Amino acid sequence: MRRIRKTGKQETFIRIVLFICVPAFLIFFSGSLRAAPVFIGSKKFTESYVLGEIAKRSLIDAGISVEHRQGMGGTIILWEALRSGQIDVYPEYTGTITQEILKRTDQLNFEQIASELGKVGIGVTEPLGFNNTYALVMSRSRAEKLGLRTVSDLRNHPELKFGLTHEFLDRQDGWRPLAQDYQLNPRSVIGIDHALGYAALTNGSIDVKDAYSTDAKISENDLVVLEDDHHFFPQYKAVLLFRYALPAPTITVLRKLEGTIDEAKMVRLNAEAERTKNYTRAAGLYFEPATTSTRLRQGYGAASNATSTTWTAGENFSHKLARWTLRHLELAGSSLLLSVLVGIPLGIWASRGGATGHVILGFAGVVQTIPSLALLALLVPLPFFGISVRTAIAALFLYGLLPIVRNTATGLQDIPRGLRESAIALGLSSTARLWQIHLPMASRSILGGIKTSAVINVGTATLAALIGAGGLGEPILSGLNLNDHATILQGAIPAAVLALLVQSLFDLLDRVLIPKGLRL
Amino acid sequence: MSALVQLVGVSKTFGDAAAVHAVDLSVERGKTTVLIGPSGCGKSTLLRLIIGLLGPDSGEIQFDGTQLRPDKIDIVRHRAGYVIQEGGLFPHLTARGNILLMARHLHRPENEMRARLSELRALTRFPENLLDRYPLELSGGQRQRVSLMRALMLSPELLLLDEPLGALDPLVRAALQKDLKEIFARLRQTALLVTHDLAEAAYLGDEIVLMNEGRIVQQGSLSDLRDKPTSNFVSEFINAQRSLAVL
Repeated sequence: MRRIRKTGKQETFIRIVLFICVPAFLIFFSGSLRAAPVFIGSKKFTESYVLGEIAKRSLIDAGISVEHRQGMGGTIILWEALRSGQIDVYPEYTGTITQEILKRTDQLNFEQIASELGKVGIGVTEPLGFNNTYALVMSRSRAEKLGLRTVSDLRNHPELKFGLTHEFLDRQDGWRPLAQDYQLNPRSVIGIDHALGYAALTNGSIDVKDAYSTDAKISENDLVVLEDDHHFFPQYKAVLLFRYALPAPTITVLRKLEGTIDEAKMVRLNAEAERTKNYTRAAGLYFEPATTSTRLRQGYGAASNATSTTWTAGENFSHKLARWTLRHLELAGSSLLLSVLVGIPLGIWASRGGATGHVILGFAGVVQTIPSLALLALLVPLPFFGISVRTAIAALFLYGLLPIVRNTATGLQDIPRGLRESAIALGLSSTARLWQIHLPMASRSILGGIKTSAVINVGTATLAALIGAGGLGEPILSGLNLNDHATILQGAIPAAVLALLVQSLFDLLDRVLIPKGLRL
Repeated sequence: MSALVQLVGVSKTFGDAAAVHAVDLSVERGKTTVLIGPSGCGKSTLLRLIIGLLGPDSGEIQFDGTQLRPDKIDIVRHRAGYVIQEGGLFPHLTARGNILLMARHLHRPENEMRARLSELRALTRFPENLLDRYPLELSGGQRQRVSLMRALMLSPELLLLDEPLGALDPLVRAALQKDLKEIFARLRQTALLVTHDLAEAAYLGDEIVLMNEGRIVQQGSLSDLRDKPTSNFVSEFINAQRSLAVL
């Protein structure tokens, strides 16, 4: 077992960063002078926006002047803003309060939370009703066909493919302890980007994924939440945090929201918000008479960032690093090989000019302009690809193509006419001209293209982790999701070292592969 | 003796401009024919037509009595050598690699190649220790000697030279002119040489062909051109060359 803890130095560093950044953010967001209105803050995700809007509307309806500062950032920023009085109210989750604000590793009950917060002058409403935590979801049809209702039911189906977000894979309340707790041992578990994971569920590339229990996608994609029958996931009940300094009538209005939003309702509000991109309108639904209720069970919303990373699996770091690096090299290497095998012939073809040449160079150029993430997203829905290493390699292959095609074409076109014609006049066959004259003479340019592709591929291969293809992107993504620098560096440093190594390897190859006569 | 190469009414147009217009020309066996004329007169184009780098728009080119055809052009190329101004040596091959390139391609016996190479080396006065140098390690004059060896390697019946000495400084140029003349004589080489230098043409050529604007203006020896010019252009061209004084 290996634990990665923040060292004292890192902690100091993070404190300094916060010390500089938080006030800067606050100044940026706070405007000039505090006026009379109540300031509501919200975090940078849909549900927080919607809850902020609901609080706003409630206060307005009670005749209280109010302003909503939307999407201010993450937990720390909101919390510091609340404590310093830049905002008066914001929605938060009990699990986040315990872990990130109070920095407790044990579970606190609601009274304990309220009393701890009270010590620093912050009040907390009773839970608003829903619990937004992690949940495992499946497509409704698949779950019904297999008769799956609870997480425990998964135990008998090791053939089901799990596609989990990187954050979930690495969280201390995430996959590994969950699997241990439920004794799950699926044959296939891959890491995949959250949004892409829904597409993968729909097309059947994966069967089970993690989600937030109030995620709008659950109703949009007709998914079911598997009941957490062991009560494994911690509680992430939504509450409103507010300053005690607020006038009593204001607090009374906020407290009226307690216990009024269940999971089904929150899913509906989130879905509306994501569909219309209008948070005010989505919040408006809350005030309409309640309609149907719900099939939702457990859910929660660990929507915020947890800062601690604990590795609970039995794999030690060097083994992990080796696994990531090998996979990374496998991805970059095989895609590069494909790029070379396809790129050089295309480059030769393109060097002959004409319409075909333009089409080839144009195509390769256009591919290069597609953002890498978009390219992955475009490939995932295609039948042959889906969520797989294949897709990652295909995307990297396409990225690596342009430098090779272009450099091959220009390298060949740059051969002086006199030399071209000398080769023809000698009576060399076109094959001999290509292999003995043209390619050796263009070798520097071609190798330069391959080198560029290799470095691009080593860098871009980090994105493969988004679709579960692994590699050094895995720790980077986890680290980004968990806001954990140490984890990010575990992937970023080896990736950078790898890029440098590739670069020097090609510098060496230059000496071997470029004919001596061209290096004088 | 019959002509090795015979051009009949050959024309070639690039875009709107006629590069070569209805040219009739015979390249006699064992002789050195020199094409001369101002820049853009079509003399290089004529060479490129003969070696098949260009195809004529109209007219006919015969090599040793057979008409040149695109599908048979390699046969001619194997029987002709071609030297261009910058030498046309491949920078990634050594001098030896350049010279032997074609012979190796045709899988000529190793000992035959070695013998031919040392023959050519003597002929062109090229030091053996320079054979393994790359073109970039050789001087301009040395490069042209290598280029000449490459062109002569397969003992071609026809040698085509497109301003082979144009880029050399005067002393090197003079030395090479002298060597070329000797080589042509020793090998009784049929050669077609392009130059814009009348002195060089007079020194090397058995037959001088003066061209202007894609046409042959006059053909003969230097004295023919000097004493019996067929047009004002001929006299002007002859007089414009200062080196005339020494002739």
